[in-house]
This record gives sequence, structure tokens and C-alpha cells, in this order.
Amino acid sequence: MAPVISVSGLSKTYPSGFTSLNNINLTIERGEIFALLGPNGAGKTTLISIICGIANASTGKVAVGGHDINNDYRAARSLIGLVPQELHTDSFESVWATVSFSRGLFGKPKNPALIEKILKDLSLWDKKDAKIITLSGGMKRRVMIAKALSHEPQVLFLDEPTAGVDVELRKGMWDVVRELKAAGVTIILTTHYIEEAEEMADRVGVINKGEIVLVEDKARLMQKLGRKRLSLHLQHKIEAIPEALAPYHLTLSDDGWRLAYDYDTRGERTGITSLLGDLRTAGIRFVDLETKQSSLEDIFVSLVSQ
Amino acid sequence: MNLRAVGAIYKFEMARTWRTILQSIVSPVVSTSLYFVVFGAAIGSRISEVQGVSYGTFIVPGLVMLSVLTQSIANASFGIYFPKFIGTIYEILSAPISHVEIVLGYVGAAATKSIILGLIILATAGLFVPLHIQHPVWMLSFLVLTAVTFSLFGFIIGIWADGFEKLQMIPMLVVTPLTFLGGSFYSVNMLPPTWHSIALLNPVVYLISGFRWSFYEIADVRVEISVAMTLAFLVICMTVIWWIFKTGYRLKR
Repeated sequence: MAPVISVSGLSKTYPSGFTSLNNINLTIERGEIFALLGPNGAGKTTLISIICGIANASTGKVAVGGHDINNDYRAARSLIGLVPQELHTDSFESVWATVSFSRGLFGKPKNPALIEKILKDLSLWDKKDAKIITLSGGMKRRVMIAKALSHEPQVLFLDEPTAGVDVELRKGMWDVVRELKAAGVTIILTTHYIEEAEEMADRVGVINKGEIVLVEDKARLMQKLGRKRLSLHLQHKIEAIPEALAPYHLTLSDDGWRLAYDYDTRGERTGITSLLGDLRTAGIRFVDLETKQSSLEDIFVSLVSQ
Repeated sequence: MNLRAVGAIYKFEMARTWRTILQSIVSPVVSTSLYFVVFGAAIGSRISEVQGVSYGTFIVPGLVMLSVLTQSIANASFGIYFPKFIGTIYEILSAPISHVEIVLGYVGAAATKSIILGLIILATAGLFVPLHIQHPVWMLSFLVLTAVTFSLFGFIIGIWADGFEKLQMIPMLVVTPLTFLGGSFYSVNMLPPTWHSIALLNPVVYLISGFRWSFYEIADVRVEISVAMTLAFLVICMTVIWWIFKTGYRLKR
């Protein structure tokens, strides 16, 4: 199946000479949740802005649903819903009016039943006549999502959708995103909460300094790059790691009560069995042990720090 | 054409007018009424007729034009500047709307407000002085043409401005003086020859002259020249807006 978004050779250089994006090549598959991760200023929002028509690219091509974003902008944009990072709202409009306005902008006929459903799904129905200025930050964020969904987009960009949102509301939004995915909507998510990407994404892209560092299936990425750590809680405190255990590159905690061993899950031999044998030979006993998989956050930090 | 989008922007902008009715309609009407009280009744009663028309009646087209010019610019510039200021412009830029449709929505609403205001001021003037419009169709045509042209000009200012000070600068420092010096309260033919020649460099002279002609068949310049000058300014504004959208000037990053 053809990708729903195809970005090729995309670059953005500002008149000041600053290059925000450098030769970006990326495809987003239909119906997936794609998490775009990157530190502040990496180029995430610039990339989204260009795809959505808010910023101009210096070079390169972007197609949405097979439609070029410049030559066939109407068809391309009509497929896209955008929830920007900042809470840009018309403070004195009612929730109902602003969501209906968004639908009108996309050339769709009035559909009160749909708007009602969207507002109910986002727990905004009882606020439909409230002026936006009277809403809390979390509610405003949901209004932004309702506006983006009002024209029934096939592709939804969520730029930091849960920034500044409390835990309960964040999980509620995740449910909304999952429902959208189930309905066939492609979702591109940028987030600082790695937990969010780990929880929801099918694929992960990492952007750093305007370049795509990695695009990978999330599960495969975690399997490929993920390392595990074996932590041993010792029976007796030790001052130093015995010379015989040097090949294992163990780490001793500052208090001398814990030893950590990092190993690669992809390897045929993890070295755990021999380590445990060598520990016994060295007279080191332990009272407890645990293993922990590297999180996406660990992987992300490791990638962007390279 | 995405007419629903044009309608959405138009209705949104008109809704803002009704929300701010005091600022949008009542305030200009009160100001204009004061002009009639001061220049029409108080001072005007001591001034003899101008080109065969009583002074109070003579200034009516100029006062209407003064309000239409300033309100067209204010409405259109604020209409596009405010979404830029609060960031909601993202929604306009990312919607499947052409540049023409965006302009139609914003400029259409700004011009509509100005035309409504102009007609209200005209009706208000009728309470103070006797009015007789010789060419009502031409009068309406001038009103619409001026409202549209200066709404386009306001739209340009709204995009150019990167702060509220700049938003006010052109209307306050350029347009209002040009309107006052453009024959709102007098005929430029009353000026000494040198000042008369200088006054003819003021584009507002042509607007007011043509508009006044449609009322009383008296004009400072030939009506064809008035129409041509207004159309020329319209074309200039449309060209600038075309360039703005082509380059994304102060709209797109």
C-alpha cells in the first residue's frame, strides 16, 4: 500500500542561514501511529509545519495521500488535521462555534451530529456553549483536538498533545488516539514524553539537529537497541570488584551493596550463567536479583547524544 | 472554489462586529454626529455655501468617506493581524483554501462592515442636513469600490504589522491626515494654486471628489479620473496581496 505521507529530500534553511531541516526522507504508512521524537529545536515542528502548509520548504517534495502539498494543496490539506503545540484559540468564541468554524474552513457542510459526537468523545459536551477563555488548559487542548477532528481527517498531526496535561487527562487522550487509529486515522505524534511514544506508537522516528537519525518499528527498535541490566543485591558489602570479574565490566554501586551487569538480549550467550558461577568462585553471595529492559527513553537519549 | 471556507471566515469576522457593536458601529456614528454638530451646525452656519451647496450638506460625502476609509483599514488590518498575533492563523494556512478565498473572506467582511457603517452615517447625516443624492447607483458604486479597495489596503497593513503600534501607524499617521487634507471639509479648488497642485497628489482627493459628485454633481476633478484612480489603487493593492501570498511574506515561516 502506498504511504499516506511521503517526504523526500526536504530541507529548510532560514534567511539567517540556520538550517532547520536537512535532507529529510520519510514515509508514513496508512493507519499507523508514528511517533516523532527529538530534543527541543530538533526540527519536529518545522517538519510538521511544512507538511501542513504553515511553513515553506527550501527544497524537497512532500505528498499527502499521493497529492503534492504545493501543486495539489487542496486535496493534500483536506486529508490533514493539525493539533499544534501551542494553545492557539479564539478566546471569546464558544467551543461549538470554533469547532464548527474549523469544519467550515475545510469546506465541509454543517454536521451538528458529528460535532456533538466529537465534543462528547472529548468530554467537552457540557462546555459547548462556554467561551474558550473560561476553559482550563486541558480543556483548551481538547478543543484544539476537536477542531482538528471536525473535518474528519485521514491524517492527524498531534504536536506535543499532552504537554501540560495531567496524568488522568493524558490517559484519556491516549484512549482517543487509539480509537482514532481503530477508525483508520493515521496519527503522527511528536512528544517529549517518551512514555507516550512507548505506550502508543507503532513506529518511531528520531530527529536531531534537523536530520532523521533513525526510523524503526518500535518493538523492533527496542529489541534491536534495547539492552538489559541485571542488578544483584549483595549479601555482604564489597569495596571493589575482584580482578577475576573484570571481563564482565560490572558496575558497583557507591554504597558497595549492588552489582550491575549490562548484557545484550540479541546475543546467543548473555554471559549470565558464567557470571553467576564466577561470582560464587569469588565468594560473592547475593540475596536478590532483578533484570530491567532499556526503555525507549534510554534509547532516545543514547541516539541524540551521539 | 471553497465557498464554505469563504463563508466561515466571513461569518466569523461579522460575528466579531456584532460582539463589539459599540466599538464597530456606535463609536464611529457618535464621532460623525459630533462633526455635524461642530462643523455643520456651529461653524457651518457661519460659512457661506460651497459650490452652491450649504456647508453642512457639502461635508456629508467627505465625512462618510472619512469613516469608510478609516474603518475599512481598521477592520481588515485587525481581522488578519489578530489571528497572526494569537496564533490561530495556523488554521487558515493549513486549510484547503486558496489565497483568493482567504482575501474574499477577510476583505469581504471588512468591506461589508464599512459599507453598513457608511450607510448608517449617511442616514445619521440626514437627521442634521437635507440630503439629495443625484446618482444613487454611482454613490453606492463609489462606496463599495472604496470600501473594498481600502479593506485590501488594510489587509496588507495587517500582514505587514508585527506589533499593535505598526497596526495603528499607517492609519493614524498617513491615512487620516490624507483624508483630512483630501477635501473632506472643503473643495481643493478653494486652495491657492500651489497647494491645489500638491493636493492633487493625494489619492483621497479623487475618492472624495467622485463620491461628492454622485451626491451633488460637483467635483474637484473629473469623475472618470476619480474612478480610474480608485481602480488603479485597487489593482496596486491586489498586486501586493498576490505577492504576499506568493512569497508567504510575514505569513509563513
